[in-house]
Amino acid sequence: MIRVEHLTVSYGAIVALTDVSLEANPGRVTAVLGANGAGKSTLLRTISGLVAPKGGDIFLGDRSIVSMATENIARLGVAHVPEGRGVIHELTIEENLRLGAFASKVDIGAGLEKQYEQFPILGDRRKKYCSTLSGGERQMLAMARALISEPQVLLLDEPSLGLAPQVTSELMNLILELCHASNLTVILVEQNAKSALRIAHDAVVLHLGAVVASGTAEAIANDKNLRHYYLGLVQ
Amino acid sequence: MSQFLSSAMMHNIFAGLAQGVIYSLVALSLVIIWQSTHVLNFAQGAMAMFASYVGMTEIDRGLNYWLCIVVSVVVGLLFGGFTERVLIRPLYGKPEINAIVVTVGLLGVLEAVAQALWTSTTRNIATPLSQIYFHDQGRLVLLSPFVIFQFTLAIAIMLIVAGLFRFTDLGLQLRASALAPEVARLLGVRVNRMLTFGWMLSAAVGTVAAVIVASGSFGLYPSDMDGILIAGFIAAVVGGLDSPVGAVIGGLLIGLTEQFILSYWSADLAPLGGIILLVVALMIRPQGLFTKSVSRRV
Repeated sequence: MIRVEHLTVSYGAIVALTDVSLEANPGRVTAVLGANGAGKSTLLRTISGLVAPKGGDIFLGDRSIVSMATENIARLGVAHVPEGRGVIHELTIEENLRLGAFASKVDIGAGLEKQYEQFPILGDRRKKYCSTLSGGERQMLAMARALISEPQVLLLDEPSLGLAPQVTSELMNLILELCHASNLTVILVEQNAKSALRIAHDAVVLHLGAVVASGTAEAIANDKNLRHYYLGLVQ
Repeated sequence: MSQFLSSAMMHNIFAGLAQGVIYSLVALSLVIIWQSTHVLNFAQGAMAMFASYVGMTEIDRGLNYWLCIVVSVVVGLLFGGFTERVLIRPLYGKPEINAIVVTVGLLGVLEAVAQALWTSTTRNIATPLSQIYFHDQGRLVLLSPFVIFQFTLAIAIMLIVAGLFRFTDLGLQLRASALAPEVARLLGVRVNRMLTFGWMLSAAVGTVAAVIVASGSFGLYPSDMDGILIAGFIAAVVGGLDSPVGAVIGGLLIGLTEQFILSYWSADLAPLGGIILLVVALMIRPQGLFTKSVSRRV
């Protein structure tokens, strides 16, 4: 479980997040929605310790992780797939996957096999460099690399970016499936509100760094004002 | 066969390669640091000289030559780690000129301290392996037991470094930390530790070069690595600062070029060999002969 309390982040004079609170629970997908510049990525980056907040607290279970180093947060079981996927192009697919396993004590061989079973396309091309993969395949690799350490929390930053609608739809189904199968706490940051709300259990809407709405995904999806003003959904 | 080995051509090749492997090791050590921390370490030669002084003067206390090499390399390792932690770490994220100023400063300080501690008199180090060239039926072959050891040691170090980077978990984490530090952190890789380790490894490789230089005919003195660092730099740039293989080949090329100029033209012009190679390489392939040009799709 991730609990964010009254989080405030600023980059110099620019305030990126103001008094943001949210809770994400195991076995549930929590969507964080909002336009460009709403502070969605900053929220994930702060949870992972890449950005130091001005104020507020972040809990993993009962433990405050707010002042911890990024690598230690990762080792506690928080896997973060950054925007743009963070696949290292100069390494092979297998090397990328192996990197993911250092965050935990899992057996690398068994972990690799498990991911190759889940994502056969990666297994077939394990010795190839990542530059040979398509956008969707790179997202698969980024997901597999995050999952190999058997995390408790999965932070996904714009996984649908640059993917075809069909691929996005499959990806979202996969996220939901993984969330249920391993009782993962998933925080899904998306500009693509429609796709995210289709699978999310809970949702938070950010606007200019502040929470403007939160609740069940269903309630958010059915709120006409939110849809119109913040999510760019028309019907 | 014997005529071939003692021909003028082979004289030049052996002598050029013997000098070239030293440049290769220095270039390799520069590339390791450049890859992991994007710092051009101008103190690389001086750090190696200092470590070799500490180790090799143990001979005075009766320590065996081989153990002195081990002591030098261990001192190099520790010195590299210490330098990264204390001097270089505060500079990450600052303008590149800061690191240049600090490493040039360190170069000056180390050479001055070495003079103060050990004087500037050249020390010749007695090596257990003979440095007298072989003779084959009265003809000189420009190889000695020590030169063969020098080749073997250099190749072994290169293979160890290559194997470490390519085949071990540690090497994978080192590469990831250099290629994408933020992603590596997100995956739980202790990137700061990797950067320290990169400096340690680099300093150790540089120290091996310094030990070979100190054991050779020019001996050990506080500025004994200055010219070699310049050649090593050129080798690294010619081969591509991102390419360990390029660094090694660049070093060998410079060694050979210098030797051929020395032999067929003039000894005074030999140091120009590297510069000529640099100019040519920058004209035809400025990114380095062995750099893979990586284009990213975003």
